Amino acid sequence: MIRFVDVHKSYRVDGKDIPALQPFSLDIADGEVFGIIGLSGAGKSTLIRLINLLERPSGGRIFVGDTEMTTLAEPALRAQRRRIGMIFQHFNLLASQTVADNVAFPLRLAGERDAGALRARVDELLARVGLTAHADKYPSQLSGGQKQRVGIARALANRPSILLCDEATSALDPQTTASVLELLAEINRELKLTIVLITHEMDVVRRVCDRVAVLDAGAIVERGAVADVFLHPQHPTTKRFVNEALPEEAASELAPFAQVPGRILRLSFRGDATLTPALGRIARETGVEFNILAGRIDRIKDLPYGQLTLAMQGERVDAALAALREAGIEIEELHR
Amino acid sequence: MNPLQKLFPNIDDWGEIGRACIDTLLMLGGSLALTVLIGLPLGVLLYLTAKGQLRPMPKLYAITSLLVNILRSVPFIILMIVLMPITYALVGTKLGIRGAIPPLVIGAAPFFARLVETALREVQQGVIEASQAMGASLWQIVRHVLLPEARGGLFAGITVTAIALVGYTAMGGAIGSGGLGDLAYRYGYLSYKSDYMLVTVVLLIVLVQLLQMIGDRIVARYGRR
Repeated sequence: MIRFVDVHKSYRVDGKDIPALQPFSLDIADGEVFGIIGLSGAGKSTLIRLINLLERPSGGRIFVGDTEMTTLAEPALRAQRRRIGMIFQHFNLLASQTVADNVAFPLRLAGERDAGALRARVDELLARVGLTAHADKYPSQLSGGQKQRVGIARALANRPSILLCDEATSALDPQTTASVLELLAEINRELKLTIVLITHEMDVVRRVCDRVAVLDAGAIVERGAVADVFLHPQHPTTKRFVNEALPEEAASELAPFAQVPGRILRLSFRGDATLTPALGRIARETGVEFNILAGRIDRIKDLPYGQLTLAMQGERVDAALAALREAGIEIEELHR
Repeated sequence: MNPLQKLFPNIDDWGEIGRACIDTLLMLGGSLALTVLIGLPLGVLLYLTAKGQLRPMPKLYAITSLLVNILRSVPFIILMIVLMPITYALVGTKLGIRGAIPPLVIGAAPFFARLVETALREVQQGVIEASQAMGASLWQIVRHVLLPEARGGLFAGITVTAIALVGYTAMGGAIGSGGLGDLAYRYGYLSYKSDYMLVTVVLLIVLVQLLQMIGDRIVARYGRR
């Protein structure tokens, strides 16, 4: 468990304190994938660096497990950092070392000297990230996705309980991003590793995160389960992130609904509700007519979901809405 | 009369030129080794203590930096003369190869230290941050991250320093340190034997060329990016 208690951070620039993070408290549970989303400058880089104390808080307490990080002396802090892996947007590999030596680096830092043990662990790690064939290459000979896989293997070397991902896919193309995210999800499942990731892409959050916090100008403005935040964003910043992930949805919100007859509704289906033919059945039973204006079906991590924007008219719309709610479908009225 | 004598009428002892070459190489080798030995830690110190770096210590940095600048701003020929008492105290003579090495090192080490500082600053900040996140100590970062990652720049710095030292050793000739500079000064300049001057200058050019070639090869081999 990672726990922030009344933590805040400001930087001193030219004798003035510039606040970077407003006071906040936050718990991240063991084994979850926790996303922190925000625009650049929102403070997310600072926030993730507070966990391994690459940045020191100006006030408040930070716990990793039972250890209060903020009280540790230098040697104890270094030992704790070895239990926390980290990967970076620009990979930050040693250009002068081979892939195998990069992965062995944290093991050597931790004092492993036995060549056989080093090799065995490095082989195992490279196999996990699918880079066995590239062990003797240098980072400059690898693609971006491969470099990030080396970064992941290196971060896992000392069997950490936490993995911090600092914009880990922001420098990658969409396909590579998908495969790296898949690898992170697999690691989270198989090694029961807690993952904290920061990103400016809602799509990254949707694909791998269990919970999310939205950061805006140094303050956490919204937090919760990804499905809740994604399907029912409250804060304007969150809405913007969701709309960026769903461009067609955003367009439908701008459509001139006033000219469409009927009540404009947005229906959200989650999990099993996505798979049952409730809408057709209820329309038949209540005699309402509906017209689909926009919609999509996708997944939030492993949860299937659907969202439909539709215009509904007829005598018994209210009865239909009640029946739909009964069937586990969430309804928002956009325009009446 | 053999053709060599016709071309260089004043040079009757080629062995002397050979010995001068060896003297120059000895001075160069000895002073370069000591320059690296002193300049490298000095450069690391400058890098680490500078503002915004791993161990910012503004006062220490300011003092070291000032000392380095003072030593670098004194022309070498003057530095050699000023340092004579210290040289004598250190090696027991002001002359010959031994007498040349202290001023050479004191002149070149601050220069090399600056090159080291610059080379270390080229190391990506992110790589250093990554090693901190992995729990590396300051010494581990210097030893296993900064120096290996900067080695291309460090080898280039050694090459530049070696070539500067060739020039310094030649100047040393003027105050009796021996080597090719000594020959050029005594025979070429004081005795108007211009063929001596020509031969020594050509030999110095060849030496500098060789150093640059070797340096470039090492940089290309190890300066992997």
